[in-house]
Parts: sequence; structure tokens; C-alpha cells
Amino acid sequence: RDCQQADIKDLSGWKQWQRTSGKSLKKVLNEAKELSSYLELWRHDIHSIEGKFGTGIQSYFSFLRFLVLLNFIIFILMFSFVTLPSIISKYGIFNSSIAKVPPKNTEPHCTVYKPSSNEGLVYFYTYLKDLLSGTGFLEVTSLFYGYYTIDAAWLSVLSYNLPLAYLLATFAYLALSLLWIIKRSVDGFKQNLVHGEDQFQSYCNKVFAGWDFCITDLNAAQLKHRSLLYELQTDLEEERLKQKIADRTMKEKLRIYTLRIAINTIVIAVLSGCFYSIYRATVFSQENTNVSIRHDIKTDTIGAVQYLPSIVITLANFIAPQIFSFLIRFEDYSPAFEIRLTLMRCVFVRLASIGVLLFSLWSHISDFGQEMYKLTIFDFIIILAVTLFLDFPRKLLVTHCSSVKWCGLPEFGISHNVLEIVYGQTICWIGTFFSPLLPAIATVKYFIIFYIKKISLMHTCKPAARPLRASSSNFFFLVVLLIGLVLAFIPLGISIAHISSSKACGPFRSFNTSWAVVPDTVRGFPAGLQQVLHGIASEAFAVPFFMV
Amino acid sequence: FSALLPKEDRVNVCSARVPKSQILTLPELRANPFQHRICHVFSTSEDGDDSMSFEDFLDMLSVFSDSAASDIKSHYAFRIFDFDDDGTLDRKDLEKLVNCLTGQGEESRLSDAEMEQLIGNILEESDIDKDGTINLSEFQHVVSRSPDFARYCGVWQ
Repeated sequence: RDCQQADIKDLSGWKQWQRTSGKSLKKVLNEAKELSSYLELWRHDIHSIEGKFGTGIQSYFSFLRFLVLLNFIIFILMFSFVTLPSIISKYGIFNSSIAKVPPKNTEPHCTVYKPSSNEGLVYFYTYLKDLLSGTGFLEVTSLFYGYYTIDAAWLSVLSYNLPLAYLLATFAYLALSLLWIIKRSVDGFKQNLVHGEDQFQSYCNKVFAGWDFCITDLNAAQLKHRSLLYELQTDLEEERLKQKIADRTMKEKLRIYTLRIAINTIVIAVLSGCFYSIYRATVFSQENTNVSIRHDIKTDTIGAVQYLPSIVITLANFIAPQIFSFLIRFEDYSPAFEIRLTLMRCVFVRLASIGVLLFSLWSHISDFGQEMYKLTIFDFIIILAVTLFLDFPRKLLVTHCSSVKWCGLPEFGISHNVLEIVYGQTICWIGTFFSPLLPAIATVKYFIIFYIKKISLMHTCKPAARPLRASSSNFFFLVVLLIGLVLAFIPLGISIAHISSSKACGPFRSFNTSWAVVPDTVRGFPAGLQQVLHGIASEAFAVPFFMV
Repeated sequence: FSALLPKEDRVNVCSARVPKSQILTLPELRANPFQHRICHVFSTSEDGDDSMSFEDFLDMLSVFSDSAASDIKSHYAFRIFDFDDDGTLDRKDLEKLVNCLTGQGEESRLSDAEMEQLIGNILEESDIDKDGTINLSEFQHVVSRSPDFARYCGVWQ
């Protein structure tokens, strides 16, 4: 100590200053890091969930938080580039030109509503019905496609081309989602690799280096103890199962494989049944509403018929996973693989059902927005209803009525919940093109769902009987989300490029297809820029660019 | 350090010894499951009461700081984990170690079968000479390849 102090006096003034400033910089950086981690949304909640229920369930909640942020950013994007200029122009701040609709050859696709009578209860009923199904008063607000009729807004010399902005904002949010998901999954993948590499030393690592010596708070220490316990138990459990699988005799293997094939056939049958019923329901509901469109006036069709596709999809999404999770118990896989397989099957049901819906709605593109909106609202209502009316009463029954104890408390089904939110997110992605305020609704929806799920988890669920590791599940959730995003690309791509945009409403009225905005604008650029853009777009350049 | 001393001894900080109970009130040690072992290892007290002088205190802080060499850290970690102080980590030590990690209390311990399985795995991974115990060099070898060790043992400010 004395030597050090003597040394310090020997150093020149400059070096001393360097040292002290280095130290204070370090301190400032550390404090900034601490502060920024406090700003992280829901940090404390997720930490406490991790302690009580393990890292598997915690990864679900982090995933939910990620989606809230993603939707919020998408909303800001769409709002600032598309909605805000429209609203401002409508109030006449800028000079704006509205696209001239060519007088002949147009079918007024945009629906006109007969003014409804203002009697009290009926008015309330129609208001509620419209809110739930996106028709009526909602249809002409900025929620939907039809609102954006401005062609270009002029701000002194610059013109703000709204249709182009609309299209580009769509591409931007898709690209943003893609990049963000890939970045997150790369992080998870790296972790996976490292973890995989060190398999042969993972126990030593956990035991000798498992304790974080920086923990100073007793509660945090408790949480760390519990998560260490969970991790060790998970690892040991997986190892035991691997051993069991390796020990299987030939006869047992045969039995298990035939059982698996039989169950897979049942699964395929269930899936086809669901898709067919969704298709029939959508066609039926469209037929019934189309009858009235011919007269340009949408009359008051029976509520249930309008919502039929949403109801059928929600039912299918509810029943199919239950069937799958029941069946998978007979297939005797390790817990991690079980979760993945059930997840894959449920993914297929959920996302393909959206695909079937879109396929059956093919020629009514303006209804896409409404259907997506309806699905979002319904999804939210169902989640609320299931939590309130199934989980809480079950807990009350189990604690007070001993004869029903065989039922037990519900376990938190990770795959089921992840699927719900990936499904909601895919709908949001597809729907945002047709209904730019949908991300805002999705943000609020996920925000509320976080609290609902957390409360339901804390009060009604018991910790999983089979503890589960999160790191690989985390990566897997992101892969599923990516599949949803790719699925969202397909209908959007086709509708932008091929389907002729409706001539009566929406921002693309003066173009043949939505994509036509881009070539039009490019033609307006100076010739040199056009050449550059053509060069970039030519295949020789684009393909290698995308590969990289 | 002087904050931990009772008032009357603060005058001769350099030669006073702080009793173990006071050391354990430090925030870094309060929640640490290895607190008793840490005090025991760093204390140079002849009475065996695990009290620490200023030098011991400094030793402890320097080992746990960022700039300590990793073999010093692993050396001290080995001594901390060696519950019976016999110079090797045998099954009993490992069992106590795991119990410290998973927390006090009956429901937070591994079952006997799980413990056996875990200890078996640890020995398999680290016991090179297959003598059923881990000595210092085997420990240092294992810990040098562990990605988390440096991170967790090195950031006391």
C-alpha cells in the first residue's frame, strides 16, 4: 500500500489526471448502464417471475415485452409517415390534391351507410357492433385504408407523395421486424452454440461458477438460488431421459414408432377438418354480406354471420392445441422436444388458418382490413374471457371444494400462450397495410395481456412439474415468430403486386396495382438517378445483395 | 473498513481486527451463500474466530476485483469450496457446495438421487486422475475453460 502511494506521487501530473479521469469515466459508464437497466420495461416483474417459475416461463414474458416494443415502434413509423400527414392535410394546413377518380368503369367498392336512427338503445347497440366488427363509423376513420385519399401534400416546393409513403412505410416496418427478429435470434443462436459446445463441462460450469458474487440483495439471492435449482434439476432430468431413450429395447422402439405414426395421422385429419370448416364459414359469411353490397348499402346483417369466420378460427385455435397436447403425452419424447413438436403443430394450425381465411377472401381485398381488425379484437376478448372465466373459477373450485381436487391447478402452458401471441402478431403484420392504426391496438392489447397473464400466473398456476430450459426455447419462439412474418409477406406481396387496388377508396385509387406507385415515382426522378435505380433493381445485382 | 470497527478501536485501524459478525454485514457478503467460508479463508487470525484485519480485508477485496489474475481467483475459489480444508474437493465438499448454491431450506435441495447423479457428473467432467476427488490443478483446469467464472468472480467495485 505504501509503495503504491509513493508511486503515485512519482507520476507526472498528466498521468495522474489520466488515471483519475479513467476511473471516473468507468464509474460514469457503470452508473449509466445501471440506470438504463432500470428503464427497461417490466424488469422487476420478469425477474420475479423467473425466480418463482423458472427461466422457461420468464422467456415467454420477455418475448411478450419484445412484441410490445416492436408494435409500438411500428405504430410510430406508420403514424408519423402515413397517418399524421393525412390528418394534417385533412385539416387543410397544406395544399393537397386528392386523386381524381376516373368516372367510368368504377364500381363504388367503398360502402355507403344509410344514416342510422338515433334512438337510444339501438344507437348504442350499433355503436358496439361497429366497434367490434370495424364497420360503420370505424370504417371511415383513419383506422382503415379508405381514409387515406390524399394523393400528394404540398409543403412549399416539396411534395409529399402519400401513396408512396404508405407503401414504403409498409416495406419499412416489415424490414424492421425482420431485422430485429433476426438480430435477437442470432444472439440466442450464439448462446445455443456456446452452450452446446460446452456440454461436456456444463455441470462444472454451473456448480463452480454458478453463483453471482455481485448479488447484494437478499431477495435477488433467493431468486438466484431458485433458478440455479431449476437449472440443475432440468439438466439432470434431461440426462435421465436421454439415458432412458438410449436404453429402449427393439420391441419398445417398434411400439413407440407405430404409435407415433398413428398419432400423426390423427393430427393431419384434425388439421384438415379445421381448415375446411374455416373455408366454409368464410365463404358463407361473405355470401350473406355480398347480397346486400349489390345495392351499395350494407344493411344490418345478423351479427353472428358477420363474425362467423372469427368465431370459427378462434374455436379451431382453441380446440386443436388441446387435442395436440393430449395426444403428445403418448408419444414419449423429452420435454424440450415435446414442447417443440406441439408448438410446430399448433403453429401450423394457427398460421395456416389465417392463410385459409385470406385465400377465401381473395377478391374482396377491402375486407382484409376489417377481417384482421375483427380477428384482433376477438383474440383479445377470448384471452380475457378464458382467464376470467376458466382459470379463476378453477382455482376457486380446487381450493374450496375438495372433491374436485383431481382436476388440479392449471399449469402455465408455454406453447399455447406463445402461439396466441405469435398469431396475434401475424394478424397485426398483415393487417397493418390495410389498417394503419392496428399496431397501436396491438401494442395496447399486448400491454394489457402482460398484466393479465402475470396475475393469472401468480394466482392460479402452479410451477411446472417438469422444469424447462429457456435458452433454446427462446430461440425457438423467435423462429416461430419469423415463420409468422414470412407468412405475412406472402399475402401482402401478392396484394401489393398483383391485385388491382380498389378504385373507389384508399390511397392507390389512381393506380392499377398498389405497387404501381413506385415505377410512377421513379419515372419522375432525373434520368441519372433512374439509371442507378434500374441498375440496383436488375437481377444481377439484387440477388447477390440479398444473399449477403 | 473503519466503518465496521467499533468506535473505540478506530484509532489504530492498521492493527485492529474486525469480528466476523461485523464483516458479514457488508452488502457483498450479506447475501452470499459462501460468506462463512470466505471469512474463514481470508482471515489470518490465530484464534480461529475468523476475524479480519485490514490486510485480510484488502486481500479479500483484491482477489475479488477485476484486475486479479485468474489463477489467483481460482486458487482462492478452491480454498473457499474446500469445506473440510483437506486440500481436495471430495464428495462431501461437493455436496455441501451444491446445497449452498441451491439455498437453505428443505424444499430447495436436490433429492439424494439427483445429488448423486450431479456429483457423479461433476467428477466425470473434472476428475482427470479418477481418484474420486478434485485437486487444485484439476480445479484450475476446469475453471479456466468455464466462461462464467471470470464474469462472476471479478466485479466487486
